[in-house]
Amino acid sequence: MRAARDEILATIRQSLGRGPLEPDATAVLAARMAAPPQHPRPAFEEDLTTRTIRKLESRSATVARVADWTDVPRAAEQFRTENGIEPRVVIGAGLAALAWPSHWSWHSGPAAPDAVLSVTPAFAAIAETGTLMLVASPDSPTTHNFVPEHQIVVLKVEQIVRHFEDAWWCRQQTGAGLPRVVNLVSGPSRTADIEQTIQLGAHGPRRLHVILVG
Amino acid sequence: MDLHSHEFQSRARTALHDTSLQQALDQARDGFVAKRAAQVAELSEFEALREAAAQLKDHILEHLDDYLERYETAVNAAGGHVHWARDDAEARRIILDICARVDARTVTKGKSMVSEEIGLNEALIEAGLKVVETDLGEYIIQLAGEAPSHIIAPAVHKTREQVADLFEAAHGGPRRTEISDLVDAARQALRGRYFEADVGITGGNFLIAETGSSLIVTNEGNGDLTQTLARVHIVTAGIERVVPTLHDATLFLRLLARSATGQETETYTTVSTGPRRLDDLDGPEEYHVVLVDNGRSRMLAGPFRAMLRCIRCGACMNHCPVYGAIGGHAYGWVYPGPMGSVLTPLIKGLDLAYDLPNACTLNGRCASVCPVKIPLPDLLRQLRHAQFTQAITPRRQRGALAAWRVVATRPWLYHALERVVARILARLGARTGRLRRVPGAHGWTLGRDLPTPAARTFLECWHHEREKS
Amino acid sequence: MTDSSRGRPRVGLFVTCLMNLFRPNIGFATAKLLEEAGCRLVVPQGQTCCGQPGYNAGDEDSARALAQQVILAFEEFDYLVGPSGSCLASIRHDYPLLFAAAPAWRARAEALAAKSWELTSFLVDVLGISQTGARFDGVVTYHDSCSGLRGLGIKGQPRQLLAGIEGLTLREMAETEVCCGFGGTFCVKYPEISLKLVDDKIQNVLATGADTLLGGDLGCLMQVAGRLRRRDLPMRVYHVAEVLAGLATGPSIGEGPLASG
Repeated sequence: MRAARDEILATIRQSLGRGPLEPDATAVLAARMAAPPQHPRPAFEEDLTTRTIRKLESRSATVARVADWTDVPRAAEQFRTENGIEPRVVIGAGLAALAWPSHWSWHSGPAAPDAVLSVTPAFAAIAETGTLMLVASPDSPTTHNFVPEHQIVVLKVEQIVRHFEDAWWCRQQTGAGLPRVVNLVSGPSRTADIEQTIQLGAHGPRRLHVILVG
Repeated sequence: MDLHSHEFQSRARTALHDTSLQQALDQARDGFVAKRAAQVAELSEFEALREAAAQLKDHILEHLDDYLERYETAVNAAGGHVHWARDDAEARRIILDICARVDARTVTKGKSMVSEEIGLNEALIEAGLKVVETDLGEYIIQLAGEAPSHIIAPAVHKTREQVADLFEAAHGGPRRTEISDLVDAARQALRGRYFEADVGITGGNFLIAETGSSLIVTNEGNGDLTQTLARVHIVTAGIERVVPTLHDATLFLRLLARSATGQETETYTTVSTGPRRLDDLDGPEEYHVVLVDNGRSRMLAGPFRAMLRCIRCGACMNHCPVYGAIGGHAYGWVYPGPMGSVLTPLIKGLDLAYDLPNACTLNGRCASVCPVKIPLPDLLRQLRHAQFTQAITPRRQRGALAAWRVVATRPWLYHALERVVARILARLGARTGRLRRVPGAHGWTLGRDLPTPAARTFLECWHHEREKS
Repeated sequence: MTDSSRGRPRVGLFVTCLMNLFRPNIGFATAKLLEEAGCRLVVPQGQTCCGQPGYNAGDEDSARALAQQVILAFEEFDYLVGPSGSCLASIRHDYPLLFAAAPAWRARAEALAAKSWELTSFLVDVLGISQTGARFDGVVTYHDSCSGLRGLGIKGQPRQLLAGIEGLTLREMAETEVCCGFGGTFCVKYPEISLKLVDDKIQNVLATGADTLLGGDLGCLMQVAGRLRRRDLPMRVYHVAEVLAGLATGPSIGEGPLASG
């Protein structure tokens, strides 16, 4: 085990024609790591919210806009009834305090195969590509993002950032370090593995509905 | 996976005569090329991104040892384990040991080309484990008992009719040919497998040194179900997959989906760091990364280092006319197309994969679309050079080259011979005006006529004419 | 720059092996275009081949020997010009690489590379010519040969010149930038794959409804013409130089020998 590691590293160094890096060289890399250079980013003029909605819809996600946090359950119920989805729901604990319809059967534990719908809080959205950032936590278990057939993500307008780099920066500002999983979700699950024909709902959710608050 | 690259010629011939394969290839080629072109046209920064990505990759490779050590430290800090594998056998043993220790019975797999490279499935099955490929394309070819024919679309060579046959045999029930029904059938068949899996194995598109994370990119969500629901998550990745930070990974992500499937972004990009945390409600109890060398550390020396920039998007094969004509299986191993024609000889041997670098017209379309600017035609030519200097190039060909050199470095002789050939060909073609069979030119006249030349060469005429005037 | 480049540049004509043997008319067309453009043309006797057959087969020693021969034969001229994107891409890009370990030769290779031009790009990019004053009656389609296209950026130049040809209509084919399957010795080493590629190319050519195929590399043109003839498909195939020079009057490539000289 140790032998393999040492041999691989030794071969790398041999191929690079040097020994282990000198301390000043590693210091340069450490500095780079702390402040990585800016890479090119797609420039765009479009308003962040408009773009996020447009991009999500272009990939077959649906978006509903509500004015206030308390409107979320009603919007979620509307999505559910319009699509004939059974009210067997998992709701991220972060959203559990909202007034969910009484006829829903729901819990905030990990999603098991019987969960049909999930309601998940977003951490951020990236306008560049219209991508939701969902982070794993007790308030938002990862199984909620993949096991149920349908997913609702609750996003606040002020959570929308311009580029991916901005979203990582926001995450850093929480000071909590990286959660176990960060899911960047850009639409419902899809596949084109049979004759390049796009088909939704390959393994993850068939429908992705975003409730945009604000 | 066994190597069949030495059968390239016969496999290519079979492929050319396989009508359903040709149908599938035609369809795939047009789709990938058009979709990528549309994405590139929409992003004015695309060229700048390519240039930055190539430079960043070179920076990483130049400091690969350091970044790998940083990565290892970060994985450990997050509670994960890093295993180093010098070659395919060592990688298989590491994974089998983990499976045995946790008493695994069922293994689910997200798509991982490295796992194909190290022949993992065969080893797991031999050890008595049930292996379930969960990517739809991989699932299809697993049912068919075949190898992937494309690095991002493993079942691209299959038509829906063929998939319908496979699913009917595997799932029973009525034969369905609608694509939506086929996708649903796979979804239903695999759902339970995710939950019963003991070990979930995925690849790693990028490994983040800063955070000790592995990053995967999928459209289906199968990779996420695989790595979230199994008790143990094992990532397999080549050592060249490490990148310094999440910011750096973002640069590659902007190129990957656009180059690969012609999407702005894939549906799911997932960054995973270590096993389930104390307060997590789900996620694997153990998190392992198997770093596979298998010839890569040696590739760092010399001209083939640029090949380690590869981010496995498949654009080179999507744009390769030869791949488009014969498909991936003809290449005889895990990696087909231009990138495979470089990697396979380097990993498996210049002699065993002799044809791969040679079966290329050097048209350069692959390099023109490569998101990290790998000079693929140049690398293929350098492999030919290595084959030539190691006397792997067939003796007949080396003899022909030696003869050509003797003649071509003596202009008087060369011109005299051209004059003779011109006269012979002119006479041969004089009666019919077309040359359908020419001694020594079977390769050409197999399917083409040879133009009948005039009896005198250009140089002959030119100097004759100019001397007159 | 020498005095002569401002007046009448001395141009060494690079005679490609295929053209010398199979299609002298391209050489005469090239010569006519260059002389009409005011060049003093010389055809050096000391040339044979650019060396690509060796280079692309991995025989770098032989390629170097041929490259030295070309350098010696042409370095005295203001320009080296030839009717082939393939040979010229090799002279421009491969020669300096071949002498990476020999600085003196490398400098000479780079000097030659800097003054070596494919015909249509020489006419347009160097001499600034936009019209050649020829006539050609027909609907043509143009195949972009890979080495010229990707190695030298030749795309607009032939089209610009063709636009000035009276009687000619250009109709672009689908996938004009995709390889025809020639690939030097590839076409005889892997003939079946090569034929598949050329059949795809022919399908795109025919779909335009054009009566004539043009291109800038005889290798590709022989590949397509040879296949067209074998399949008994009617289609004229000419090198772009023949059309530009008004010398596309006799039998087209593969249609029988041209009276030459």
